[in-house]
Amino acid sequence: MLYWDYAAASPPYEEVVQTMEQIMKLHYANPSSLHRPGAEADRLITRSREVCAAALGVQPQEILFTSGATESNNLAVKGAALQYRSRGRHIVTTEIEHPSVYESCLQLKSLGWEVTFVAPGSTGVVDPEQVAAAVRRDTVLVSVMHVNNETGAVQPLREIGSRIKAANRRTLFHVDGVQGYGKLNTQIKEWQADLYSLSPHKVRGPRGVGILYVKEGVTLFPLLTGGSQEQGVRAGTENVAAVVASAKAIRMSGERREAFNLQILPLRNRLLEFVSGIPEFTVNSSRDGAPHIVHFSYPAVNGEVMARKLEELGMTVSTRSACSSRLAEPSRVLLSMGRNSAEALGGVRISLGDSHTEADVAALEQALLTAVQALNIVERGTR
Amino acid sequence: MMRERETAAAASGRSSIDYADMLLLRFGEFTLKGKNRTRFEKTVLRHVKELVKPYPKAVLSKEFGRIYVTLNGEPARELAEALKNVFGIASISPVKVSRSEFEDILAVSRTFLEIIAPAKGTTFKVSARRVWKDFPHGSIEMNKLIATPLLQGYPGLLVDVKSPELELKLEIREGHTFIFCEQIAGVGGFPLGTNGKAMLLLSGGIDSPVAGWSSMRRGLEVECVHFYSYPYTSELARQKVVDLARVLSRYAGVIKLHLVPFTEVQTSFTGIGQDNLIITLMRRAMLRITTQLAEREGALAVVTGDSLGQVASQTLSSMNAIGRATVLPLLRPLVMMDKSEIVELSKTIGTYDLSILPYEDCCTLFVPKSPTTNPNLRIVEKIEATLPGYSARLDEAVAGTETLSITPYGDEKPSDVVPAQAGLQEEWF
Repeated sequence: MLYWDYAAASPPYEEVVQTMEQIMKLHYANPSSLHRPGAEADRLITRSREVCAAALGVQPQEILFTSGATESNNLAVKGAALQYRSRGRHIVTTEIEHPSVYESCLQLKSLGWEVTFVAPGSTGVVDPEQVAAAVRRDTVLVSVMHVNNETGAVQPLREIGSRIKAANRRTLFHVDGVQGYGKLNTQIKEWQADLYSLSPHKVRGPRGVGILYVKEGVTLFPLLTGGSQEQGVRAGTENVAAVVASAKAIRMSGERREAFNLQILPLRNRLLEFVSGIPEFTVNSSRDGAPHIVHFSYPAVNGEVMARKLEELGMTVSTRSACSSRLAEPSRVLLSMGRNSAEALGGVRISLGDSHTEADVAALEQALLTAVQALNIVERGTR
Repeated sequence: MMRERETAAAASGRSSIDYADMLLLRFGEFTLKGKNRTRFEKTVLRHVKELVKPYPKAVLSKEFGRIYVTLNGEPARELAEALKNVFGIASISPVKVSRSEFEDILAVSRTFLEIIAPAKGTTFKVSARRVWKDFPHGSIEMNKLIATPLLQGYPGLLVDVKSPELELKLEIREGHTFIFCEQIAGVGGFPLGTNGKAMLLLSGGIDSPVAGWSSMRRGLEVECVHFYSYPYTSELARQKVVDLARVLSRYAGVIKLHLVPFTEVQTSFTGIGQDNLIITLMRRAMLRITTQLAEREGALAVVTGDSLGQVASQTLSSMNAIGRATVLPLLRPLVMMDKSEIVELSKTIGTYDLSILPYEDCCTLFVPKSPTTNPNLRIVEKIEATLPGYSARLDEAVAGTETLSITPYGDEKPSDVVPAQAGLQEEWF
């Protein structure tokens, strides 16, 4: 069985597992406790903050640990909207955001906020001009992802950031960086981002920890209360072992970014070329996209059918973002790119990781061919 | 740390001064005192330089009675907010600069008026001062030459030469003319350190940082002394004091903080069966240690946050019994102030939010149920004389004192009571 779902979850580094194990055994004390073991656990959190800050090029006090990128995104969007509601009740985001951003915006909408959803072009990239044009005097937040989790499309954050700030310098800019970190250069300052979410388990870290960069001077309305952890913005006992292991994974993946690209880009390009050569497929990714995602639609059948067929052939793939793959609805992201509903139902996502080799890709290609042939016969038979 | 800066500025209600090309800083009362002026002005300049450091494009120049900060694009409001806290600065004016040519002065004055946008009916006058005598128009002539076209362009303005609401000032100098109308009040006082040095007992409460600030405003350089009783008090309490000293350092550029380990001294008082005198004994021990530190540092007084009658150790009788433990003058800037006044000041200074953090400090520790408000000096002296190893313990505390230099933008930290690396393995990260 070959695993092609790194964008959903990646296998933790061996060192990450070891760190988790050792710290779980040694540092079970509560970091908020006043005794010495508590102070030691607290230091581990402090050191983790420093390591994450160094990897992202920001200050330690700007790093917040949460329970996952879903929480980070919820906190960024709703926390900013609630905190700054006196400035206005308008949010700008895109049609292609992860559900944790998208649905946070919908929630706010149901509470009376106005939300402008900017649609991408047919390549899945949003136009900075359009984002900036949506910014108004009462726009509190703009949220745009770095890399789309289905198609791998990379958003022009630098242009978006500078145009937003030119349109309204008080508008906050949130970047969901989950699929971009470790693959592309993370330039929080250059993007002029005020908030940036990150998920360690997408970069071979542990589950259960999310990171949120909150620029100094920006305040968020806490969504979780009941403790003064994380400077009072996020109550709850710190997950010490996973926080330390997350810092490690973030540091390692950041350091290995260039090596990762050198290894994965040729594989991605080969695979992209291969799926482009299959006439039954509509390719939804491009060479300009992130180095680890190849996404295509096979309109003849549901994406799920293709995924099951590939699994039978020993290949694990996803249909789309894991958070929505259990829905039998057409992909919102693909529809917003102008794909028809058959295409939007037939999406298949292949995501690569640093364990993959040329031989693996060759095997996947073979499996794809076999699957298409088999499904074509089935489809013709049913017609 | 994640406090929002913008709302604070908005709440202060001042209009934007982003138009300014330059800030004009005026010296305060000390300019009246002839012979020390150079020294005083230099001290202010040094202090201003320290605060301007984070704004590399700003350029300083000094003139008789004034300092100019040319902004070159640095934010006027932020700098003015920081600089108005410099002791010895009486006021700050945001200035627009034009070339010293009539047409240019008029054009910039017009723009200036548009930016300020005075409401209809605002009373107004122009006050020109011709410093550069080669300028073709005299001061009084200029008032008219500028005011007339301005009034034509702004028919809502009313002239009032006696007490106008808006006074547009022009200073015509060789090369440049300064145009301004606003005066932001500075904190005043004497430049830092021009009246000598004192030790400040910094507890972590509301009063002592205010006492420190008040002393600094009168030109005293202060070094902070803090007593901690680890493990009875937490490291958080020590960090809080470092943070308080950091707020004070905004007014001083740099401030020294002495952290005195007080556990041994303090616990030696608990077993003598005179619980109601513990506070008196503790305060006297603190003064003795501080006096030794003062000698070492060349300080000539001790500043405390005492306010008469506030707590048992601050009754007149307690002050008398405690104060006799030192030969140095005890300065108590807050002694006749009400608590509410002190709280207000601490909010203005920016120490209040830190002061109210609820960590146990050594003054709240081992506090007896009924501390005496009228300690008997003779008994206190007798206890001290008979307590075995008393003066050795004081010397040890002095020897174990750690000294930090705290700066406004630094991250100086006290060395950890629990070693930093305890239980932490670098390979985990």
